[in-house]
Amino acid sequence: MSKSTSDPSGIDREIPTALDHLYQEVILDHYRRPRNKGPLEGATHAITMSNPLCGDVIELMLRVDDGRIEEAHFAGRGCSISLASASMLTQRLKGRTIREALELSEKFTHLLHGDASLTDDADLGDLRALSGVSKFPVRIKCALLGFNCLDELVGPAPGDPVEGEQSR
Amino acid sequence: MEIPTKEIDSRDVTAGRPGLDVQAVRNQFPILGREVHGRPLVYLDNAASSQRPLRVIERVERYDREEHANVHRAVHALSAAATEAYEGARSRVADYIGASEAAEIVFTRGTTEAINLVASSWGVDMLKEGDEVVLTKMEHHSNIVPWQLTAERTGAVLRFADVTPSGQLDLDDLRTLVGPRTRLIGVTHVSNSLGTVNPIAQIARLARDAGALLLVDGAQATPHLAVDVQSLDCDFYAFSGHKMCGPTGIGVLWARRELLDRMPPFQGGGEMIAEVRLDGSSWASVPHKFEAGTPNIAGAIGLAEAVDFLSEVGLEAIQAHEAKLTEYVLERLPAVPHLTLYGLPDAGPDRLSVFSFTYGDVHPHDLATILDQQGVAIRAGHHCNQPLMDHYGLEATARASFYLYNTTDEADALIDGLALAAELFGLPASADA
Repeated sequence: MSKSTSDPSGIDREIPTALDHLYQEVILDHYRRPRNKGPLEGATHAITMSNPLCGDVIELMLRVDDGRIEEAHFAGRGCSISLASASMLTQRLKGRTIREALELSEKFTHLLHGDASLTDDADLGDLRALSGVSKFPVRIKCALLGFNCLDELVGPAPGDPVEGEQSR
Repeated sequence: MEIPTKEIDSRDVTAGRPGLDVQAVRNQFPILGREVHGRPLVYLDNAASSQRPLRVIERVERYDREEHANVHRAVHALSAAATEAYEGARSRVADYIGASEAAEIVFTRGTTEAINLVASSWGVDMLKEGDEVVLTKMEHHSNIVPWQLTAERTGAVLRFADVTPSGQLDLDDLRTLVGPRTRLIGVTHVSNSLGTVNPIAQIARLARDAGALLLVDGAQATPHLAVDVQSLDCDFYAFSGHKMCGPTGIGVLWARRELLDRMPPFQGGGEMIAEVRLDGSSWASVPHKFEAGTPNIAGAIGLAEAVDFLSEVGLEAIQAHEAKLTEYVLERLPAVPHLTLYGLPDAGPDRLSVFSFTYGDVHPHDLATILDQQGVAIRAGHHCNQPLMDHYGLEATARASFYLYNTTDEADALIDGLALAAELFGLPASADA
């Protein structure tokens, strides 16, 4: 299914549904007006990760107190998918425990791999708009870059006897 | 589709000669008939890797079906046939670039391995602490990183010549960098991001005057230009098969015989030895000294077939066809609102049909995804050219690179795809809106 629109040159063109679904208004809005972008005062956790193949870079900064994320900011550069995803992520992290944050990360990964049961999950908030990425497997790594930062910052390290909540 | 000869201008090397029949050329490339996402494939990622004509595919298949055995090893018929085909391929490649003899052609995995060979063998053997290697800021990572590794081992110093705002090598800067300690200049023949053709013969004179050697990365040149290593007057010339209608995993290092003779081996193993004793070994003569282990026999044979194909179409006809495409694209692409093109703005002998650009605030990866859905394959990213991207203050560009089988209709498909991206991203209809 495609919808037909008319561009300013008057040429009728079909916008493929998959593209239309990928580049939703809310994604472009987060891309152009990112939330929580910039330095975070009193950050307790910060990490920068990059996608060496495409050059996208995201820094995720957290202020964690007593196992709860008080504030989350990000910085970086990249495509609309990686930046919108990081912006949405920071919105969803505030007030979550580390365990809840990691659960969000897991849920989002399932959404990107096509788990349709999650497309109405209110817990994901704006992140649900990224479900269209599942149709573009090469772009999944873009959508996950901010989440990779989160997992690396507060997730269990390989070989950790207990999961979560250590600070590195 | 005939190229109209009456429109050919003075720059055109085929003026007065018949052009290239692009439809006849396209018919020889099976992959060009396929669809991508329900749209005809428009393949504009040739600077990364080109497609293969049926005769190359079939030649490799025939080798696999009928001629395969190890080379230089056995007395049986198949080994003799494989050796003859492999060494015959060496001769044809030697002719293609004007080498004095087949022994000057060392088969490698590609340009990257060829440059690593020079940096490891010649570089580690010859460079002393404080010696200088002069490279440029438009080099592909494969002509930077091998030298960084060698510099770490030898204490040699790397210097990088600047690039002008329009994407040409800054020859004045290069001149100031070359001095008494310069042992080698390493430069790309054609920029993989910008399509700029560098004045190699001029740089060769600079190298000669300084008593330095000249290494040329020819990966983006041999697919498009008639390359003659003698008139370029360089010392090392490296290129890859898969960018010139040949298979992946095969490439070439050319160097003068006496230079190769003096260089120590690159890797050790079978094929590259004369005699092996437990207390030491002696080396085979060139080129086998540099070809340890069983080589990519099928790849070399496929490359020779590609060389024959390109020669039969004619490098001059290919160049003339691509010059037309360059002119066509340069007239239209920069006129698209919000589009910024990098590299030389005008067609001419110093510019090939590689176009790097940015498009409003549509990130190159997003643009590549949107174009891909239209069947248009381009590259997005830093193109293994991070120092050049830094030079322009960019993280990434979109890159469309054309080849002998591309058409002006395909250039139009690219531009139509841009309009779709503008629509999806809500770019205003005019740049100043």
